[in-house]
Amino acid sequence: MSLKLRFFASLRETLGVAAEDFQLPAGLVTVADLRRHLAARGGAWERLTTADNLRCAVNQDMAGGATVVRDGDEVAFFPPVTGG
Amino acid sequence: MHRSVRIQEDDFDTGAELAALRGSDARVGALAAFVGLVRDRNDGNGVAEMTLEHYPGMTEKALEAIVVEARQRWDIYEALVIHRVGRLLPTDQIVLVAVTSAHRGEAFAACEFIMDYLKTRAPLWKREVTPDGARWVDARDTDDSAAARWRK
Repeated sequence: MSLKLRFFASLRETLGVAAEDFQLPAGLVTVADLRRHLAARGGAWERLTTADNLRCAVNQDMAGGATVVRDGDEVAFFPPVTGG
Repeated sequence: MHRSVRIQEDDFDTGAELAALRGSDARVGALAAFVGLVRDRNDGNGVAEMTLEHYPGMTEKALEAIVVEARQRWDIYEALVIHRVGRLLPTDQIVLVAVTSAHRGEAFAACEFIMDYLKTRAPLWKREVTPDGARWVDARDTDDSAAARWRK
Protein backbone atom coordinates (compact mmCIF):
# COMPACT_ATOMS: atom_id res chain seq x y z
CA MET A 1 0.00 0.00 0.00
CA SER A 2 1.03 3.58 -0.59
CA LEU A 3 1.72 5.82 2.42
CA LYS A 4 2.79 9.41 2.86
CA LEU A 5 5.43 9.54 5.59
CA ARG A 6 6.32 12.69 7.49
CA PHE A 7 9.04 13.36 10.07
CA PHE A 8 9.37 16.32 12.40
CA ALA A 9 11.78 18.20 14.64
CA SER A 10 14.89 16.35 15.90
CA LEU A 11 13.83 13.15 14.12
CA ARG A 12 13.53 15.01 10.80
CA GLU A 13 17.05 16.39 11.31
CA THR A 14 18.51 13.03 12.33
CA LEU A 15 17.01 11.21 9.35
CA GLY A 16 17.67 14.07 6.96
CA VAL A 17 14.21 13.74 5.44
CA ALA A 18 10.95 15.62 6.10
CA ALA A 19 8.57 13.60 3.95
CA GLU A 20 8.54 10.69 1.53
CA ASP A 21 6.07 8.64 -0.46
CA PHE A 22 6.45 5.07 0.67
CA GLN A 23 5.25 1.63 -0.45
CA LEU A 24 4.59 -0.69 2.47
CA PRO A 25 5.04 -4.32 1.37
CA ALA A 26 2.02 -6.62 1.44
CA GLY A 27 1.47 -8.36 4.75
CA LEU A 28 2.60 -5.39 6.84
CA VAL A 29 -0.45 -3.61 8.24
CA THR A 30 0.24 -1.85 11.55
CA VAL A 31 2.25 1.14 12.72
CA ALA A 32 4.55 -1.29 14.55
CA ASP A 33 5.10 -3.21 11.28
CA LEU A 34 5.95 0.06 9.53
CA ARG A 35 8.38 1.09 12.27
CA ARG A 36 10.22 -2.24 12.08
CA HIS A 37 10.34 -2.07 8.28
CA LEU A 38 11.79 1.45 8.31
CA ALA A 39 14.28 0.58 11.08
CA ALA A 40 15.64 -2.18 8.84
CA ARG A 41 17.10 0.55 6.62
CA GLY A 42 19.79 0.79 9.32
CA GLY A 43 21.77 3.77 10.59
CA ALA A 44 19.66 6.61 11.96
CA TRP A 45 16.51 4.75 10.86
CA GLU A 46 17.02 2.29 13.70
CA ARG A 47 15.64 5.04 15.93
CA LEU A 48 12.18 4.08 14.66
CA THR A 49 12.37 1.03 16.93
CA THR A 50 14.99 1.99 19.54
CA ALA A 51 13.65 5.44 20.54
CA ASP A 52 10.77 4.38 22.74
CA ASN A 53 9.51 7.93 23.23
CA LEU A 54 8.87 8.52 19.52
CA ARG A 55 5.27 9.48 18.82
CA CYS A 56 3.22 8.49 15.80
CA ALA A 57 0.18 10.05 14.17
CA VAL A 58 -1.96 8.48 11.45
CA ASN A 59 -3.96 10.97 9.41
CA GLN A 60 -3.08 13.59 12.04
CA ASP A 61 -4.47 11.64 15.01
CA MET A 62 -2.15 10.14 17.63
CA ALA A 63 -1.70 6.41 16.99
CA GLY A 64 -0.15 3.48 18.82
CA GLY A 65 1.79 0.55 17.44
CA ALA A 66 -1.32 -1.58 16.96
CA THR A 67 -3.02 1.01 14.75
CA VAL A 68 -3.77 -0.40 11.30
CA VAL A 69 -2.66 1.75 8.37
CA ARG A 70 -4.52 1.89 5.07
CA ASP A 71 -3.65 2.82 1.51
CA GLY A 72 -3.27 6.59 1.16
CA ASP A 73 -2.76 7.25 4.90
CA GLU A 74 -0.46 10.00 6.12
CA VAL A 75 1.81 8.59 8.85
CA ALA A 76 3.97 10.95 10.89
CA PHE A 77 6.72 10.26 13.42
CA PHE A 78 8.03 12.84 15.87
CA PRO A 79 9.59 13.29 19.34
CA PRO A 80 7.57 14.34 22.41
CA VAL A 81 6.10 17.81 21.89
CA THR A 82 7.58 20.94 23.48
CA GLY A 83 5.32 23.83 22.53
CA GLY A 84 3.75 26.44 24.76
CA MET B 1 -18.43 32.05 17.58
CA HIS B 2 -14.82 33.06 16.98
CA ARG B 3 -12.33 30.80 15.28
CA SER B 4 -10.79 29.44 18.45
CA VAL B 5 -7.36 28.28 17.21
CA ARG B 6 -4.77 30.18 15.21
CA ILE B 7 -1.21 29.20 14.31
CA GLN B 8 0.78 32.12 12.94
CA GLU B 9 4.27 33.56 12.53
CA ASP B 10 3.17 37.09 13.31
CA ASP B 11 3.01 38.55 16.80
CA PHE B 12 -0.40 39.15 18.37
CA ASP B 13 -1.89 42.08 20.26
CA THR B 14 -3.01 40.53 23.54
CA GLY B 15 -5.17 43.48 24.55
CA ALA B 16 -6.99 43.56 21.22
CA GLU B 17 -7.48 39.78 21.23
CA LEU B 18 -8.97 39.81 24.73
CA ALA B 19 -11.26 42.73 23.86
CA ALA B 20 -12.47 40.87 20.76
CA LEU B 21 -12.98 37.64 22.70
CA ARG B 22 -15.30 39.20 25.28
CA GLY B 23 -16.88 41.53 22.72
CA SER B 24 -20.05 43.04 24.12
CA ASP B 25 -21.25 39.79 25.70
CA ALA B 26 -22.80 40.91 29.00
CA ARG B 27 -22.97 37.31 30.27
CA VAL B 28 -19.19 37.35 30.66
CA GLY B 29 -18.14 37.90 34.25
CA ALA B 30 -14.64 36.45 33.97
CA LEU B 31 -11.86 36.46 31.41
CA ALA B 32 -8.78 34.37 32.22
CA ALA B 33 -5.71 34.57 29.99
CA PHE B 34 -2.23 33.08 29.87
CA VAL B 35 0.63 34.44 27.77
CA GLY B 36 3.78 32.34 27.30
CA LEU B 37 7.00 34.24 26.58
CA VAL B 38 10.50 33.39 25.35
CA ARG B 39 12.94 33.39 28.30
CA ASP B 40 16.60 34.28 27.83
CA ARG B 41 17.68 31.20 29.82
CA ASN B 42 16.71 27.52 29.76
CA ASP B 43 18.27 24.51 31.51
CA GLY B 44 21.29 26.52 32.61
CA ASN B 45 22.15 28.07 29.26
CA GLY B 46 21.56 31.46 27.73
CA VAL B 47 19.05 31.41 24.87
CA ALA B 48 19.72 33.81 22.01
CA GLU B 49 16.75 32.76 19.87
CA MET B 50 14.41 29.87 19.25
CA THR B 51 12.51 28.37 16.36
CA LEU B 52 9.09 26.80 16.74
CA GLU B 53 8.30 23.97 14.33
CA HIS B 54 4.80 22.53 13.95
CA TYR B 55 2.83 19.96 12.00
CA PRO B 56 0.55 22.06 9.79
CA GLY B 57 -2.98 20.75 10.01
CA MET B 58 -2.46 18.41 12.93
CA THR B 59 -1.45 21.21 15.28
CA GLU B 60 -4.72 23.04 14.62
CA LYS B 61 -6.70 19.80 14.84
CA ALA B 62 -5.12 18.82 18.17
CA LEU B 63 -5.69 22.27 19.67
CA GLU B 64 -9.30 22.36 18.48
CA ALA B 65 -9.88 18.98 20.14
CA ILE B 66 -8.44 20.35 23.40
CA VAL B 67 -10.78 23.37 23.22
CA VAL B 68 -13.75 21.06 22.58
CA GLU B 69 -12.81 19.01 25.65
CA ALA B 70 -12.52 22.18 27.76
CA ARG B 71 -16.00 23.22 26.62
CA GLN B 72 -17.37 19.84 27.67
CA ARG B 73 -15.75 20.01 31.10
CA TRP B 74 -16.42 23.62 32.07
CA ASP B 75 -19.22 26.08 31.50
CA ILE B 76 -17.36 28.57 29.34
CA TYR B 77 -18.47 30.94 26.59
CA GLU B 78 -15.47 31.50 24.35
CA ALA B 79 -11.94 30.13 24.14
CA LEU B 80 -9.00 31.32 22.09
CA VAL B 81 -5.60 29.76 21.43
CA ILE B 82 -2.98 31.60 19.39
CA HIS B 83 0.40 29.89 19.00
CA ARG B 84 3.27 31.40 17.09
CA VAL B 85 5.72 29.41 14.95
CA GLY B 86 8.99 30.31 13.27
CA ARG B 87 11.87 32.32 14.71
CA LEU B 88 11.37 34.01 18.09
CA LEU B 89 13.60 36.08 20.35
CA PRO B 90 13.75 36.47 24.15
CA THR B 91 10.78 38.52 25.47
CA ASP B 92 8.68 37.60 22.39
CA GLN B 93 5.19 36.28 22.96
CA ILE B 94 4.84 32.58 22.06
CA VAL B 95 1.31 31.61 23.00
CA LEU B 96 -1.98 33.10 24.18
CA VAL B 97 -4.76 31.07 25.79
CA ALA B 98 -7.86 32.97 26.87
CA VAL B 99 -11.26 31.85 28.15
CA THR B 100 -14.46 33.70 29.04
CA SER B 101 -17.12 32.48 31.43
CA ALA B 102 -19.64 33.78 33.95
CA HIS B 103 -17.38 33.17 36.92
CA ARG B 104 -13.64 33.06 37.52
CA GLY B 105 -13.40 29.44 38.67
CA GLU B 106 -14.47 28.02 35.33
CA ALA B 107 -12.32 30.49 33.38
CA PHE B 108 -9.18 29.83 35.42
CA ALA B 109 -9.58 26.06 35.29
CA ALA B 110 -10.38 25.86 31.57
CA CYS B 111 -7.47 28.17 30.71
CA GLU B 112 -4.98 26.12 32.73
CA PHE B 113 -6.37 22.85 31.33
CA ILE B 114 -5.99 24.04 27.73
CA MET B 115 -2.42 25.17 28.42
CA ASP B 116 -1.45 21.91 30.17
CA TYR B 117 -2.88 19.80 27.35
CA LEU B 118 -1.29 22.01 24.70
CA LYS B 119 2.12 21.36 26.29
CA THR B 120 1.73 17.59 26.01
CA ARG B 121 -0.57 17.00 23.01
CA ALA B 122 -0.14 19.70 20.38
CA PRO B 123 2.59 18.90 17.82
CA LEU B 124 4.93 21.85 18.33
CA TRP B 125 8.67 21.66 18.92
CA LYS B 126 11.18 24.24 20.18
CA ARG B 127 14.73 24.44 18.90
CA GLU B 128 16.83 26.97 20.77
CA VAL B 129 20.17 28.59 20.03
CA THR B 130 22.57 28.74 23.01
CA PRO B 131 26.26 29.71 23.28
CA ASP B 132 27.00 25.95 22.90
CA GLY B 133 25.05 25.74 19.66
CA ALA B 134 21.51 24.85 18.65
CA ARG B 135 19.55 22.14 20.47
CA TRP B 136 16.06 20.72 20.47
CA VAL B 137 14.31 21.32 23.75
CA ASP B 138 13.58 18.11 25.68
CA ALA B 139 10.06 17.37 26.88
CA ARG B 140 9.67 17.78 30.63
CA ASP B 141 8.22 15.19 33.00
CA THR B 142 6.62 18.06 34.92
CA ASP B 143 4.53 18.85 31.83
CA ASP B 144 3.24 15.28 31.78
CA SER B 145 2.32 15.41 35.47
CA ALA B 146 0.63 18.80 35.00
CA ALA B 147 -1.55 17.31 32.27
CA ALA B 148 -2.16 14.08 34.23
CA ARG B 149 -3.86 15.86 37.14
CA TRP B 150 -6.80 16.75 34.85
CA ARG B 151 -7.57 13.11 34.13
CA LYS B 152 -10.81 12.00 35.68
